[in-house]
Formats: sequence, structure tokens, C-alpha cells
Amino acid sequence: MSAPQLRIRRRIPRTPYLLLIPAVAILLIGLGYPIVWQVITSLQEYGLQQQFGKPAPFVGLQNYIDLASTSQLWIVVGRSILFCLVTAVATLAVGTLLALLMNAVTKGPRIVLQIALLLAWSMPVVAAMTVWIWLFDRRRGAINFLLDMIPGVDMNRFDWLESPATFFVVASVIVIWMSVPFVAFSTYAGLTQISDEVMEAAQLDGANGWQRFWGIILPMIRPVIGIVLLLQVIWDLRVFTQITMLQDAGSKSSEFDLLGTYIYKLGTKSQDFGMASSVSILVLAITIALSWFYIRSLLKEDES
Amino acid sequence: MTLALKLKGSRQRSRDASAGGALRRRSKKGLLGLLAIVIALLWVFPVYWMVNSALLPNVVLQSFVPTFLPLGGSIDNFVGALSDGSFYSALGMSTAITLSVVVLCILFAFVAAVAISRFRFRGRKAFIIAVLIVQMLPAEGLFIAQYKLVSSVGLLDSVIGPTVIYTASVVPFTIWMLRGFVAGVPADLEEAAMVDGLSRFGAFMRITFPLLAPGLVASGVYAFLQAWNEFTVALVLLPSEANQTLPLWLRGFVQASATRETDWGQVMAASTLVAVPVIVFFLIVQGRLTSGLVSGAVKG
Repeated sequence: MSAPQLRIRRRIPRTPYLLLIPAVAILLIGLGYPIVWQVITSLQEYGLQQQFGKPAPFVGLQNYIDLASTSQLWIVVGRSILFCLVTAVATLAVGTLLALLMNAVTKGPRIVLQIALLLAWSMPVVAAMTVWIWLFDRRRGAINFLLDMIPGVDMNRFDWLESPATFFVVASVIVIWMSVPFVAFSTYAGLTQISDEVMEAAQLDGANGWQRFWGIILPMIRPVIGIVLLLQVIWDLRVFTQITMLQDAGSKSSEFDLLGTYIYKLGTKSQDFGMASSVSILVLAITIALSWFYIRSLLKEDES
Repeated sequence: MTLALKLKGSRQRSRDASAGGALRRRSKKGLLGLLAIVIALLWVFPVYWMVNSALLPNVVLQSFVPTFLPLGGSIDNFVGALSDGSFYSALGMSTAITLSVVVLCILFAFVAAVAISRFRFRGRKAFIIAVLIVQMLPAEGLFIAQYKLVSSVGLLDSVIGPTVIYTASVVPFTIWMLRGFVAGVPADLEEAAMVDGLSRFGAFMRITFPLLAPGLVASGVYAFLQAWNEFTVALVLLPSEANQTLPLWLRGFVQASATRETDWGQVMAASTLVAVPVIVFFLIVQGRLTSGLVSGAVKG
């Protein structure tokens, strides 16, 4: 830091705080207050009667205890975590393979692939969902039509959204399609940082493609891969829009819920804000715990 | 690097590149190029399908055999989607919310970014950590409380509710993004201008501000994309049909159309209308978005 700046800082020490006021104020209103309200409400009995003005009694950890003893919650939590891990890992695998492919091909095919990925990436979630639902449509969807053309496969009028298993396969395919571009571009950015000399040296020394990948490429892009996987896991926990739209097209029954839609239904259908709040707190806690590693890596960047 | 050296030492030296090897390598590259193009087509297919279906006449879409090629030239579906009266109110609502969010975000994030990158002060690190944590918080974990907050002050169905919530959730990332830009403009440049007789404010406006323009544009577009596409919070804060944003309108349009036989042509036309502005803006800023999210990991 230069000397003149130090002098300025000492003369007007209040400036930085004044500059932070608008951001801090909007964060306190939009996020701070809701979080505090949610923590308090999660400790209260806040059901239908309270919606109509009855005071909400404090019940301590009763909501959490009730939740912990409902098998429904554990099923939804387990399903969400499974969905999120499978989807995130698959996204990472496909994204990394596409990044390696971008790195291996000549400029022409690379640009074609990058444009295709960018277009997919830029699609608004709601618009993407309508297209995918149309693609998976039971009667006139292109996917059933194409699969049905494979000899021996009968997919005529197959209803993908009817059973939870295929429902979540569809959801996962859509989320992977949306998220792969980000992973591919980030990983590709990491790959371009590996110097050509290192790769050539390894090649001259007879390391084959497989050895080069495990011995050089993977260790060098490990930091990017770690961050990207973490972000994917966090983002795949919040797939409310996708699941809601798929439930619109299929069934709204609870077998098709993940955490987001589960909370939404607790809040809107059962009007049980106390329980909804405690599940929300659970989601926030999982997210913050996962985010910590990401935040640490960003802080390192600030210090440098 | 060290690993490469280790590899160099341990592997036996063999297989020098012969002419045949070079040829094989070139044809392998050609095959990979072909694979890349096939994957590109696969990935872009849903986007193509949206536009293709939107431009096909309904009679063709009713067929059980999908029409893959070519693009039809019918704009009937767009006319049909646009004749849905609530499209215009949704467009108005989305525009009002998005513009307010963009303006507020740029203003708030900019002054905050100046504070954290131009000053060292007590609480700076705590503020940065808080900002980084809150930007990770999912709407799915907060919307019940946000609904309660907005409804308790009687602002359900108003532009203000989503504007406040969106600004709060977008501001952290934009602060982080702008911080890099402000830090990238050397303070010495400002000092030099001040020595030459400009006030601190004048130096800032004449020297630093123009250099920040790309950063401000990128943050603005980021805020635009977030506010324009947001679904979850809008769903709870804008319950009545007259005050929907475009994503809610699109969802409602699918639902309404599904009660009869889903009119996929119109649904795809509606999706195209919602998607096109987003795609255009997204392509402008995508480079910065990727590097903003993972730059620490790429460079580190």
C-alpha cells in the first residue's frame, strides 16, 4: 500500500463504512431478517391457527424432534442427497471429458462444440424445462420416437414421468445437460494453463495418454475440479424449478419430492411454517457446511 | 511440474515418433473432431428443437412422426402465444423488476467494491466472508421466510418484493466481481491525477470509472440474467396471475395449454420469446462469468 493512501485512510476513516451501508442494508432486509425469522419460527409451533393471528408458542426443539422422527423427511433428505451426488458426479465426468475433447481437437470442431455448449448454457431454466418436457412427451416426444426406432426397443408411449425412478433419471439428464457447459469451460480453462512443454516432455518419454492424464493433467486441474464439483453439489441441492415443472407435467405426489418441493409443500399446502422453517434451516446448514471449502479458496484469491 | 519430472525419470525412453505414428495421430485427431461435432449437435438439439417446433404449423406437430428438418416458416405459434393477453403484463412486470434490480445492484455493489478494494478497515474480512457465505444461500432454504416478510408488510404481488430479494441475493456476487475490477485499476493512477489538481472524486470519475466500465456492464448483465430467469422466489411472492413475471407466465402457459391437448407449437414459441433476450445477453458476458466463479482455482 502506498503512503498517500495510508494518509487518506487515516484522515477519513468513516468512508469505507459509509460505502458499505447500502449493500449491508439490502442484505439485512432481504436475507438477514428472513434467516433470523426462520430460526425463531423453527423453534415455534407455527401452523394454520398462527396464520390467522393466534400467537405462536415456543416449543424448543420440538419441530426438529418431530422432523427427525418422521420417516418422510429422511426419505426426502436421502433422495435429495443421492440425486445431488449422482447428478454432480456425472456432470463433472461428462464436463471433464468434453474439456479434454476440446483440448484435443483442432480449432474448427472446438469452436463448434463451444458454441453448442454456450447455447445450452444460456437457456433460461423455465424455457429449457418446457423443451425437455416436450422432448420426453409420452406420445409425440422426439426421444420416445428415436428410441423406438432401435430394433427390439418398444418405447411407444412410454411415460417417463410415471414412476419415480424414470422421473429422476429425466430430471438428472436435464440438470446434467444444463450444468455440463459450466464444468467443461472451467475445466478447459484449467487445461489451457498446462504448459505444452510439460506435455511434450512426457510424450517423448513414452508416457501414454492414460498415464499423461493421471500423472500430469489430473493433478494440475485438481483445484478447478474440486471447486466445480463443490459448486455442482451445492447447485444440485436446489433444483426446485426443475422438479416443480416436471411435477406439473407428471404427478405432484410426494414420491417425486426433493427438499425444495418438500419445503414448498410444507409451507403452502400444510401451512406449517414451523416445520417448513426447520427443514429450511437444515438445507441452509448443509449448504454452508459444503460452501466453506469454496469460500476458503476464494478468500485465498483476495489475499493474493 | 514435479510429477512430470518424476515421470520423465522413471519411464523408459522408447517409441520415438515415426512417420507412421504421425499419420495415425492425425487421423485420430480427425476422428476426435468428428466426435466433437456429433456431441455439439447432440447438446444444441434441445435449443434447435425449441425454435424448430415454434416455427412448425400445428398440423405438422400433431403428427406422431416428429419433423426433424427443415425449419418451418410459420409464425402462427408466435402470434398465438403473443395473443395471450397476460404475456404483456408479464413482460412489463419482468422488465420493471429486472431494471430495478440491475440499477440497484450496480450502485450498491460498486460502492461496496470500492470500500473493500480501496480501503483496509476493521471488519473488512468479516464483511467479505459474510458476503461469500450469503451468496451461497439457496432460495429453497429461505423462501418461506421471505414470503412471510413480504406479506407482513403488504407487498405481495408488488414489484418491490422480488426487487428487494433479488438485489439481496445478486449483490454479493456482483460485489465480488467488481472488487476484482476496482483492484485492477492502480490507485497510483488516481493519485497522479490528484497531484495534477483533480479532486479525489474528480480523479475517480475521470480516471477509474471509465476503466471500470466493462466490469459494470458484466455485473449489470449478470444481475439481468438472475432477475429475468428467477422462478422460485417469484412463485411465492407474486401469487396472483395478473402480476406474474415471464417465467411464471411461461409455466402457467404450459399448464393452461395442458388442460386441453398441449399446444406444443405455442409453448415452444413462448419459450423462444422468453429465451432469446437471455441468450443474447448471456453470450456477451459468459467469459467473465466463468472466470469470476473459478478464477482463484484456475490461477492458483
